[in-house]
Amino acid sequence: MTEKVLLVDDEQDFLDALAERMRFKGMDVSATTSPIDALKKAETETYDAIILDLMMPEMDGLETLRMLKEKNPDLQVILLTGQATVEKGVEAMKLGAMDLMEKPADIKKLTEKIKKAQAKKMIIVEKKAEERIKKIVGGKGW
Amino acid sequence: MSYKTDSISEIGLQFFGKISSSNFHEIKNVLAIINETAGLLEDFSLMAEQGVPVGPERMKDLSSKIMKQVRRADGIVRSINRFSHSVDKPTDQVDIAEFLTFMIGLSERFAAMQGVTLKAQPSDIPLLITTAPFLLENLVWLCLDFAMKVAGAGKTVGLAAEKAENNGVRIRFTNLDGLTESLISTFPKEREKALPDALQAEITTDIGAKEMILRLPGDITVNSNQ
Repeated sequence: MTEKVLLVDDEQDFLDALAERMRFKGMDVSATTSPIDALKKAETETYDAIILDLMMPEMDGLETLRMLKEKNPDLQVILLTGQATVEKGVEAMKLGAMDLMEKPADIKKLTEKIKKAQAKKMIIVEKKAEERIKKIVGGKGW
Repeated sequence: MSYKTDSISEIGLQFFGKISSSNFHEIKNVLAIINETAGLLEDFSLMAEQGVPVGPERMKDLSSKIMKQVRRADGIVRSINRFSHSVDKPTDQVDIAEFLTFMIGLSERFAAMQGVTLKAQPSDIPLLITTAPFLLENLVWLCLDFAMKVAGAGKTVGLAAEKAENNGVRIRFTNLDGLTESLISTFPKEREKALPDALQAEITTDIGAKEMILRLPGDITVNSNQ
């Protein structure tokens, strides 16, 4: 199944190259240099994973993560950063990031994490569907 | 364990860490672009091996992108190297006009993060003074940091150096649209005042002209035992 991914990074050359490589791997990739645009995209589209830079001019990556999770707690966000510190990593995990990877990243590892994100998202979707069915069945009093 | 630190050393160490980490972060970004672009070249090579045609123009484009990033990394490393060596001598001769260009390079990522552009006005003449290079970098950085915050996102902070009285130099930080009395009162902070004192420098502001002016003497003597 094709993984739907959103890349968010202020370095255009990085976005272009990574997006093209991920498309070669069969992923459906959207990319933006703007965290505000990413928030808009996440409202209208569903993604299996969002790959997010930690430091961007328009909005801090952690702040973007917080806003993304606020809008949709089920979103699987992987932070990709050139400035990984234990402190930032802990903060990102507390805010609900799925993982944090350091730049330059190994595309194989990143692909594995995206696949894990997709699997995790599917489990959440299935669980929610199951809960909905249980609620409907229970409500009918059969 | 107990130890004493004077405010100049403490501020200096924080400044050194801040500038170093920011520039190393920038290098990591460059490496990430090179990594992905080289990865793309590898992908195309594998495709070519399997008989998928790959145009030479695409290869040239990717190679030039890598070379662009190598030049970018070289510039960052040169800057950080010069910055690291600025602590070698307590005092040295500094051309302020050229120094401002160097400081803009060092501060570029901070400016980008705040959505501010820094622009130095070129000087027709060399503006040489004898000063403490590292302390001057620290003081100019504090002024720049304040100027960027005051100017606000989307603005361009201008930096201009000119000759002043007694062979001294004036650095003007211009286009500070948000300059107010209350903001001026916050800069420099109490412990930061040790820096202009050590450099025998003076910071003044002109709200009407939206400017901050840093006056530096032509020559200072630094007692490194202090």
